[in-house]
Amino acid sequence: MKQFYKTILYSALSGILFSVGLVISGMTNPTKVLAFLNLAGLKQGISWTAQSGFWDPSLALVMGGALLVSAISFLRASVAGHKPWFTEQFEWPTKKQIDLQLISGAALFGVGWGLAGYCPGPALASTLVGGLDMLIFLAAMLLGMFVAKLVIHRL
Amino acid sequence: MSNFLNIVQPLLGGVLIGCASWLLLSSIGRIAGISGILSGLFFSKPSERAWRIAFLIGLIVGGYATASWFTAPVMPSRAVSLLLVAGLLVGFGTVWGSGCTSGHGVCGLGRRSVRSLVATLTFMTTGFLTVFLVNSSHLFFN
Repeated sequence: MKQFYKTILYSALSGILFSVGLVISGMTNPTKVLAFLNLAGLKQGISWTAQSGFWDPSLALVMGGALLVSAISFLRASVAGHKPWFTEQFEWPTKKQIDLQLISGAALFGVGWGLAGYCPGPALASTLVGGLDMLIFLAAMLLGMFVAKLVIHRL
Repeated sequence: MSNFLNIVQPLLGGVLIGCASWLLLSSIGRIAGISGILSGLFFSKPSERAWRIAFLIGLIVGGYATASWFTAPVMPSRAVSLLLVAGLLVGFGTVWGSGCTSGHGVCGLGRRSVRSLVATLTFMTTGFLTVFLVNSSHLFFN
């Protein structure tokens, strides 16, 4: 039972740390995300403050910084004999193939991301600060997730 | 100086996101993919739900606290129809394609998964294309 409370505590801590990173990095600002996706802005130049019409490279730095840490931690975790602090084993994804489902899902996600500038992390971290717009987006996102899960469950 | 901070903040924020994924992996052996953590609440055993809910509460409350203390995001006002379509696509697409920016982009690339590389390149490409089309649409419809 004690182990159970530890898994809860550390999951919550990880969620908090994740949100602090998202807010500090500026990724909860859809304007910055959309300015990164605006590759055509490179013609005007680079702007680190998402100036309209320019390309903002911030998101690449966020991913780079995150990848640096995650690559090291995954390398360490994959060493034989390693296991997590409070559970018996690492839960690795099991799917291996590159199929139409992977590509079509990622493609649809990218279109939604490019339309509003929200991906699931920043959207959730903004639940209490994004007003009604954020809640509308989140409700639609949950519905989309539910439908996809339902279809996968039934297949 | 302000330009320096504008470069340091995304980098530091990214490192913190990486640390969060390290913490979840090291403590309970799970991958910090936000879409997977959230959608895993549907059709799952009750024992699968507690850690997910704890993570999500941390994410939501932490996001609120950091935004209050640090800087609140500026939300551009958008049409409800755009938010609904975008939300449905993000929700459906991330579950159908098994991950989002965090699951494929940060964790998947971090463990050198080819699936995640393909997914990341795909959603980046359609994201770039969508913004390009939206930004040039005024040339056609104005």
